[in-house]
Amino acid sequence: MARDSGTRTLISHAQLRRGRGKVVYWTLLTVVVVVFTLVFLGPLYWMVTGALKSGQEIAQTPPTLFPKDPQPQNYVDAWNNLDLAKLLFNTFYYAAGALFFQLVLDTAAAYSLSKLRPVLGNVILSLMLATLMIPAMVLIVPQYVTVIDLPILHINLLDSPFAIWLPLVANAFNIFLLKRFFDSIPEELMAAAVMDGATPLRTLWSIILPMSRPILGVVSIFAVTAVWKDFLWPKLVMPSPETRTISVGIYAFSGGTPMNVVVAASVIAAIPTVIIFLIFQRNIMSGLTTGSIKG
Amino acid sequence: MAITTVPGTTRPDRPASPIPARPRRRSLRRALVDNLTGHAFLIGAVLCFAVFSWYPMIRGIVMSFQRTRRGETTWVGWDNYARILDDPSFWTAWKNTIYFTVLALVLGYAVPFLVAILLNEFRHFRGYLRILVYLPVMLPPASALFLFKYYAYDPSEAGLFNAILAALHLPTSEWMQSPEMTMPAMVIASTWMNMGSAVLIYLAALQNIPGELYEAAELDGAGIWRRILTVTIPQTRLILLLMAMMQIVATMQLFIEPLILANGAGAEDSATSVAYLIYQHGFFQNDLNGAAALGVIMLVVLAGFSAVYARLTSRQD
Repeated sequence: MARDSGTRTLISHAQLRRGRGKVVYWTLLTVVVVVFTLVFLGPLYWMVTGALKSGQEIAQTPPTLFPKDPQPQNYVDAWNNLDLAKLLFNTFYYAAGALFFQLVLDTAAAYSLSKLRPVLGNVILSLMLATLMIPAMVLIVPQYVTVIDLPILHINLLDSPFAIWLPLVANAFNIFLLKRFFDSIPEELMAAAVMDGATPLRTLWSIILPMSRPILGVVSIFAVTAVWKDFLWPKLVMPSPETRTISVGIYAFSGGTPMNVVVAASVIAAIPTVIIFLIFQRNIMSGLTTGSIKG
Repeated sequence: MAITTVPGTTRPDRPASPIPARPRRRSLRRALVDNLTGHAFLIGAVLCFAVFSWYPMIRGIVMSFQRTRRGETTWVGWDNYARILDDPSFWTAWKNTIYFTVLALVLGYAVPFLVAILLNEFRHFRGYLRILVYLPVMLPPASALFLFKYYAYDPSEAGLFNAILAALHLPTSEWMQSPEMTMPAMVIASTWMNMGSAVLIYLAALQNIPGELYEAAELDGAGIWRRILTVTIPQTRLILLLMAMMQIVATMQLFIEPLILANGAGAEDSATSVAYLIYQHGFFQNDLNGAAALGVIMLVVLAGFSAVYARLTSRQD
């Protein structure tokens, strides 16, 4: 996001730098920083420390701000009883595969639609974009029926990672983002490559992809976090305890597990996405906004 | 042949072609090879769309007019719809879902816009505030909802919300145990989890407003509120409408909040949503056809909203 020191917003800079404006500005800023920290970070603090409290302490009124007698055992129990290592591994595995398939297939498709432009390309693009209008819940039943008995092949994909990987490739938003980025790459570069006798694949690999790192980063991050955050679809297509994702696994155990242990498991489940966010926050934020701002 | 070109990328004296560098002597063979290459790059994604998106769409509609019993599928006309409409929980679910949608629109729609306007004025802590607002979006929803369920909405005074209310000498609430509070509680959790993306999208839209417009409005003597009404809102109108549409589509699919916070139906059925009913019919009552019919009804309702949206936005462009 550009440092917009020069842009004028609702209230002019000059006004904020003078006497009363300055006081109001700094008071408001302090209030907002404090309130936002409490509202958005507070619950996370409560979650991490709450899971350290004993069963009695968590039921105590009024609640304690710091755990009096921290019980790291809750986290250990969560890790062992819920087999979080296995659940984390599954989720990583699904996320990595989803990333791979989306990067390869969606990039190739967007490249074709943007630069090769075969006959009927525009019709295909419109059909893809039309799926953005269809709510996921509407498709859940027929998608499930399709996955348990693939048309023509008659393969059952339940408990197979392909049941997570392949439907995610059908992501019109990715294709839209990538195609729009490729559209902005000058046609002359393509022409030069063709002159030099480069095949389309070679052009994609040596010219388009190196120039598209920012957008590829955005698509990758969204691909990984989408798998991590998804719940209902993995719950349906990964019914066995051995193949569950972490969110589904925690939900499945939540009935017969002490609540502090469930929350401890939830904290562990949230760590990877929070780390991804803190590392890539710039890319995530720019991706969110480039994808949505148009016209 | 329908080869499309982006306007301005091909010079007018050359014929339109997929690869502008080789326009002359383009034989049929060459065109065929180019097209085949183009489609070869497309095929993987197209197959995934076909199998997991386009085909299920049609299949869903077909299924809603069929009934499968013991492996035998028969056409039953509108029977599935009749059965679904007869179910009293159908109406409860719609009532709840619409209530949630409206409540989320009141709370979850205005709040991110106002927050974005506020954040856009600050010259300090910009990055920090943005990270804070977006952080909950990155949590897996199941994790965030267990936090709300066990720690925030605890009906005794040991719960976070009740402890705060008690400290302020306000009446405490039973939260998820009370049918009246179920929906507001779910809206609070859902807004907290999801508002970050809306805030960032609005912030980007606000940064695209030309500063001269504010300048001019101020010279005309417009105060802050007046500037918001006459500059900020008209300038972000399209994105505001788009976000309203996207939010309605998202909230109508309310599912994981009732499932985790309210164990599905909630106190006195106050949490049952249409999406939850689809899940119930499809995966617990062994009634995939009824679930498909419910899905089609949901699609029709949402298509109605989209039509209204298209009308609203096309008026100006």
